Amino acid sequence: MQAIWEPLEFEFFRHGLLVATVAGGLCGLLGTYVVLRRMSYLGHGLSHAVFGGAAAAAVIGVDFFLGAGLWGVAAALAIGRVSRRRIIGSDAAIGVITTASFAFGLALFGLYGRARRSTDALLFGSVLGVDEVDIAVVGGVTVATAAMVFAGYRSLLFATFDPEVADVSGLRVGRLDALLMVVLAVVILATIQVLGVVLVAAALVIPATVARMLTNSFARMLWLSTAVGAACGFAGMVASYHLDIPSGAAIVLAGAVVFAAVFAATGSRGLHRVGGSRGDVAA
Amino acid sequence: MSAAPLARLDRVSCAYGRTPVVSDVSLTVPAGGYVGVVGPSGSGKTTVLRALLATLRPLSGTVERAPGLRIGYVPQRESVDWNFPVTVNEAVLMARPRSHGRWVPWSSRSERAEVQAVLDRLGIGALGGRHIRDLSGGQQQRVFIARALLGRPQLLVMDEPTSGVDVRTRHDLLHLLGDLHAGGLAIVLTTHDLNGLAAHLPWLVCLRGRVVAEGAPLDVLTPAVLEETYGAPMDVLVHGGMPVVVDQAHVAAAVPGGR
Repeated sequence: MQAIWEPLEFEFFRHGLLVATVAGGLCGLLGTYVVLRRMSYLGHGLSHAVFGGAAAAAVIGVDFFLGAGLWGVAAALAIGRVSRRRIIGSDAAIGVITTASFAFGLALFGLYGRARRSTDALLFGSVLGVDEVDIAVVGGVTVATAAMVFAGYRSLLFATFDPEVADVSGLRVGRLDALLMVVLAVVILATIQVLGVVLVAAALVIPATVARMLTNSFARMLWLSTAVGAACGFAGMVASYHLDIPSGAAIVLAGAVVFAAVFAATGSRGLHRVGGSRGDVAA
Repeated sequence: MSAAPLARLDRVSCAYGRTPVVSDVSLTVPAGGYVGVVGPSGSGKTTVLRALLATLRPLSGTVERAPGLRIGYVPQRESVDWNFPVTVNEAVLMARPRSHGRWVPWSSRSERAEVQAVLDRLGIGALGGRHIRDLSGGQQQRVFIARALLGRPQLLVMDEPTSGVDVRTRHDLLHLLGDLHAGGLAIVLTTHDLNGLAAHLPWLVCLRGRVVAEGAPLDVLTPAVLEETYGAPMDVLVHGGMPVVVDQAHVAAAVPGGR
């Protein structure tokens, strides 16, 4: 049993464990909105868009968070704007904008070589290099996101559940949507070093899906998703050390194990909660 | 229709992209009015509501609303995600983005009492803790009327309130809306239900991209107006002083040798 906690002797692991746990909880918290708004593909796409910004930041020598952050926020707002015009579907908008950004990042890395943060680390996550600045960034983003969810709880719930009526009721739904997109881009940026571009979407989606399978209450889903995300971050980090696998993969696999266990426990009732659609009503 | 209007559309035209949906629509909603908008699918009923609600900007024409007008909106049941994880209490409380001016997630005791009072008034007081999916069609409709009423509206706007509900539920809903109207609430609704709902309203607007006719049901539910509105021949009987619309196609199909 003591062997499990052996890696806690190392400072780099303690840093990584802290960041992975907080990042997991953060993704779980925001993932509730991502899943309920059926924006799972957006999480996947935005993480790829951020990759392009990270590459550009590395090539021109500006700070990673600044360059990739501005890029991610711009991509998020562009997707929102294109989607609202209803000329093309949001899934197509995400596909065009984010994959182009990802391809741009790959091209830049190909042309100018790797700089500062390697392509592999960005794609698959590398928690070993986490320092005090990274901890502060993830902590700050977590506090800011939690404050937004706390203060905007009712407004965000209304705008997520019924945007048209929320709009009629005086809520500025367009601004709330834009705020959520920006926060999503920032959260992806802050957690990408732990989870990697490829796997961050799973950290957004799995905890919220598990929580939805367990409850019919929005408030309970919110904290359950946060708790599941944090637990998966913690367990995944410990497993990544002992199994010698990338941290992002271990965290996502921990989530997949929890999903399988909850699915086995709740069966069709859990899937029923996750899989409904608009207009699908009781008799 | 002589009372001061709560809202008024004056020669309003709307489009989605370059596709025009309604042209030159004028509609007045007086204080305490009760207006039904009828017409076939695609005639622009929901578009007119959106112009009234100011969620759609008209291409031309003007939309006037009384200063400070409070509107409660009940959308089509088909547009609601019934699988969304909210209980009846949570759904109704959404009408309050803030709790007594404070940005806090939890509800105060007075808010909970207010929600309970509205649910009791609508006859669903015992369902507050239930998930919205676990309700009948009529109960679901009442939940969203409750949410609209929690905002103490002067005008209630409903899109297809009787869509997909059974005869008994429709009957109960009609009585409920009648009671709310008798209490001073102005109501505007759209409906496909000519006999079950529209014929019972005091004022109807027949729409087909434009206003074909408006007035009391006996004046506008006529074969000529209905054929112009729906593009299909219909007969109108009068039963107990109310019009009853009969689709000639149904008669022809049911009666051997019929038209």
